[in-house]
Amino acid sequence: MSVTTSSPPKAPGFVANTVSDWWVMTKRNLTTYLRKPDLLVFSTIQPVMFVLLFVFVFGGAFELFLPGTISYVDFLMPGIFVQTGIFAATQTGVGLADDLQKGLIDRFRSLPMARSAVLAGRTSADTVSVGFQTVLMLVVAYLVGYRIHTSVLEALFAFVVIIGVGYVFTWVSAFAGLSLKTIEAVQAALFTVVFPFVFVSSAFVPPETFDAWLQPIADNNPVTIWVDLVRVLTLGDLITESDSPLFKDLPALSTLLWQSAAWAAGLLAFFYLLGVRVYRRT
Amino acid sequence: MSDAAIDVEGLEKRFGKVEALRGVDLQVPPSTVLGLLGPNGAGKTTAVRILTTLLHPDAGRATVAGYDVVRQAEQLRHVIGLAGQNAAVDENLTGLENLEMVGRLYHIPAAEARRRGAEILERFELSDAANRTAKTYSGGMRRRLDLGASLVGNPQILFLDEPTTGLDPRSRLEMWDIIRELVKEGTTLLLTTQYLDEADQLADKIAVIDLGLVIAEGTSDELKARVGGEVLAIRVAERERAAAAAGAVLGLGPGGGNVDNNSGEINVPVGSDGTAILTEAVRRLDAEGIGLADIALRRPTLDDVFMTLTGHAAESAAEAEEPSQDGGRSRKRERKREQA
Repeated sequence: MSVTTSSPPKAPGFVANTVSDWWVMTKRNLTTYLRKPDLLVFSTIQPVMFVLLFVFVFGGAFELFLPGTISYVDFLMPGIFVQTGIFAATQTGVGLADDLQKGLIDRFRSLPMARSAVLAGRTSADTVSVGFQTVLMLVVAYLVGYRIHTSVLEALFAFVVIIGVGYVFTWVSAFAGLSLKTIEAVQAALFTVVFPFVFVSSAFVPPETFDAWLQPIADNNPVTIWVDLVRVLTLGDLITESDSPLFKDLPALSTLLWQSAAWAAGLLAFFYLLGVRVYRRT
Repeated sequence: MSDAAIDVEGLEKRFGKVEALRGVDLQVPPSTVLGLLGPNGAGKTTAVRILTTLLHPDAGRATVAGYDVVRQAEQLRHVIGLAGQNAAVDENLTGLENLEMVGRLYHIPAAEARRRGAEILERFELSDAANRTAKTYSGGMRRRLDLGASLVGNPQILFLDEPTTGLDPRSRLEMWDIIRELVKEGTTLLLTTQYLDEADQLADKIAVIDLGLVIAEGTSDELKARVGGEVLAIRVAERERAAAAAGAVLGLGPGGGNVDNNSGEINVPVGSDGTAILTEAVRRLDAEGIGLADIALRRPTLDDVFMTLTGHAAESAAEAEEPSQDGGRSRKRERKREQA
């Protein structure tokens, strides 16, 4: 045997191969997604149900403290968009735990494919699903009176924020899936973490109405920052011109922007590194 | 460096307190089949996982096709194929899509991957199911698809981890035929199994592994010779009396022997005194009033080898929770009879 190289040089097609592996895995996940009716139903019915339940059940109560210029559905939808992005990302961990149990991860790890592709392909495909669910909710919300009060550009930017948050959480979820290894454990863990995380924020109810000890937590919760950003991007002047106490502590748009970006980038980097690390040694 | 396709020296791996491998040495010459034989928990899968770069060893070294499993994992993955214990196929993809995907991940161009996929399906008699999702496949079909997936990259060296576990007898025989075909083409194969007859049928050489150590190595015949001479096989007419019968005859041979209370079978290695011991056994059993369904001298099987080497049956570690410690053995015997 004539093997003398000790460290493998990157093959000439390294970048092309990595991109190709990522695309093969993304395509695989999107294909299987379309062929799992239960998943499709779960991920379409649930967001629609959220919109309708929140609007019709909580809507009346919200009217009581919102300024007259802002309708409850317009206030609520940014929270529900972000919440759905985060919840939808649990699918990533569930999918990876499933692949792990079925032995598919072992197969992938024995192939000469990019080490990042399984996770990158999974998170990409699930982010497409987050985008799809967001659009679906937008349509349903529009039918029950939701309106965006800003320019197309700002609205598109809000959409990017929602997708971005979803993407960050697919990596959180990926790490959970690979570490916990069973679908049930992943679901249980994510819901115990994700639920309080989303609810102790400005997503559904203004933190000003929380118990005093919860308010600092809510104010520093990244979910609050992201939801506030989406609110400012979709309500625009309705917020800035309102003298409601609900919005008096709202940071300036520029502050919201860098805080949102910093949280997203920080969480993404942290969980990306953890996820790839666990994948390599799973 | 040796010319072995697989070369393993002093391989160790522990998981917490459990020593899965305690210094395993193996050599597999190119274009031969090594059967790694042992009960569940013996360390077979750990060894395969290290050799296919899924796990890092704690100590020792291993090369596959000359590539070090740790330092040259990347190159190594180009020349191996792995079919693990589960049929690792995406059940929501069709058979063809599964193979195409794996082909693409070996960086075979799309059209070529598709062509190879179709070829493999044809060869494994899955063409009719090529465009059905794997969800609709039977257990045997999934295993064949899984094996197919491990071949898409044209591997020099193939690892099959318990390729027939859980298959019905017919699918198992089909799988054997497929594996024999592959071996004829010169693929080097490392096969793990807990079925002694499987190793006997497929492997050029057998390494018996138990509790993380290779305890014996050789051809099937060499291993059988270890038992020494013949085996006296007795089957009592009434199963309840198997224990009593065993008490009467187990001491007759030079040592060892085993009894299966479920099937009423007793095996006693008898060395070269076969005829004399057979006569004595019949006399003793008759004196006890135990009726016989069958009594014969036969050549030793690998079952007997395993008993001789380890003092326990091949599957006993795996079937520890079974109500009878020989449950696994008797089930396996039933399978053999079905095949016969």
